[in-house]
Amino acid sequence: MKRSNALAFMSIALLLGACGEKGADTQARGPDPKLPEQQRGLLPSMKIAEPTAWGEQKPTVPEGYSVTAIATDLQIPRQTLVLPNGDIIVAEGRGGSAAKLKPKDVIAGYIKAKGNTKVKSGNRLTLLRDADGDGTYELKTVFADNLNAPYGLAFANNKLYVANQDELVSFDYQEGQTKAAGAPASVAKLPSQINHHWTKSLAVSADGRFLYVGIGSNSNITERGMEAELNRAEVWQIDAASGAHKPYATGIRNPTALAMHPETGQLFSVVNERDELGPDLVPDYLTSVREGGFYGWPYSYWGQNVDPRVQPGDPKKVAAAIKPDYSLGSHVAALGLSFSQAAMGDKFANGAFVGEHGSWNRDQPVGYKVIFVPFANGRPSGQPIDFVTGFRDGDGKTRGRPVGVTVDPRGALIVADDLANTVWRVTRNR
Amino acid sequence: MSSVVTADSAYRSPPGRLHTILLAGIVPLFLGALLSDIAYYQSHQIQWSNFAAWLLAGAEVFCGLALLFALIKLVRAQRKGGYPLTYFLFLLATFVLGLINCFQHAKDAWAVMPAGLVLSAIVFVLSCLAAWVGLAPRTGGVQ
Repeated sequence: MKRSNALAFMSIALLLGACGEKGADTQARGPDPKLPEQQRGLLPSMKIAEPTAWGEQKPTVPEGYSVTAIATDLQIPRQTLVLPNGDIIVAEGRGGSAAKLKPKDVIAGYIKAKGNTKVKSGNRLTLLRDADGDGTYELKTVFADNLNAPYGLAFANNKLYVANQDELVSFDYQEGQTKAAGAPASVAKLPSQINHHWTKSLAVSADGRFLYVGIGSNSNITERGMEAELNRAEVWQIDAASGAHKPYATGIRNPTALAMHPETGQLFSVVNERDELGPDLVPDYLTSVREGGFYGWPYSYWGQNVDPRVQPGDPKKVAAAIKPDYSLGSHVAALGLSFSQAAMGDKFANGAFVGEHGSWNRDQPVGYKVIFVPFANGRPSGQPIDFVTGFRDGDGKTRGRPVGVTVDPRGALIVADDLANTVWRVTRNR
Repeated sequence: MSSVVTADSAYRSPPGRLHTILLAGIVPLFLGALLSDIAYYQSHQIQWSNFAAWLLAGAEVFCGLALLFALIKLVRAQRKGGYPLTYFLFLLATFVLGLINCFQHAKDAWAVMPAGLVLSAIVFVLSCLAAWVGLAPRTGGVQ
């Protein structure tokens, strides 16, 4: 007999703040989203994922594609990296040390934890290898451990760069290596106090000279005080050789994944925007990251829309705020970004894959899938297409939550799932 | 030590010790929340808002327990009108508005304002009224 391991239904629909809310169809996506009025009832609208095991089920992929779990029983896989020889590095862990400042933090923390895995932070890198190329990753071994909530990964200069929650480090790497030779070398310290948004995303310039680190804000909307926001909500440019850094872009609330456009060399980021302004505010976005650009946080969103929760405000900063390129929809929690390649098939050859962890601050859940954003002339263009779905079903059962996505140049998309602690691999059928 | 039971004590006797501590406690707690809100309103320093949120939470715990005592007192009162009812209603209003104020204070940063400050002022006045009525000295019966 197959024992059902469905957990008790966990649905916090606090209706006071959720009047007239509809599903994903009210979500404005694309370059010029129509933004509704701000709204917030006495309680924020919430719907928390109800974790359930995959069992025999799998995520849904487009026709002509297949999906397999290439690694399970991981310890919170977040981001992945495909090395030149095809080996996959998985960063595992959970960080953050934000104190609970208000009674709200205690209660909200408890409720949100219901939608996440109970597994402890791995704080390690796992290497997956498919030596014979049959699609089965027969080797699963720890490449390095005792890291501090590793997240962003990049490979350049024969080094594996890892963005821990407090420090950018590097491992010397030789092709075929399955275990780090020793402790990593420090490249640069990263802002780590409080770490309300602890993930440090990472990308490297094509020539390997500069590393870019995304550093999230230390609050939703400055409720931990402006002092806590020093060096936060920024993308840093770090010189790989010296470790010297400068803020490359600012006011970018939580840049959870960075990637270089393969043709233009332009840095792109997916960014998570602020909560508690209503179900259809504020859109998370995909944008090119301009050097010296200010993206509004905390004073305003999507250009010049002022957030009254930030006092005193700063009209000069509001006026300077850049409008992002492309809305992904509010509360989808985009956490993964990877540019595609021709090997992914014609329909998905030119564009970017985005992993969406899924919403909490919305009565009708959104996200919980991997989408494809088509590009034209190096810019996002057209409506997004669902690529991997089925992580959450209609009655709230949630089997997985996508985080990092990585295109394997051999023609596969690697998807880290931090609820099922699984790494999925989506391939084209031949 | 303990009060002697008389015919009118059920609605005239002041609350017991624990009840008194709880009821008297809400006054400084709600006052602290109000003062913290004023400080946040004037300084924009978020820590004052955090203080206000915790003081309110504490006040609500005290107020909720005191409300329970007040309810028992009301149920056991021989004459339901007058003092036990007035006291209960003041305390109930304090608790309900205080709870709304807690949710108001759960909003982020300046979203608390100005409604949080206004509510804190109203709730403080209500808590004073509740305590004023609830702790009224005995006016009759055996001492």
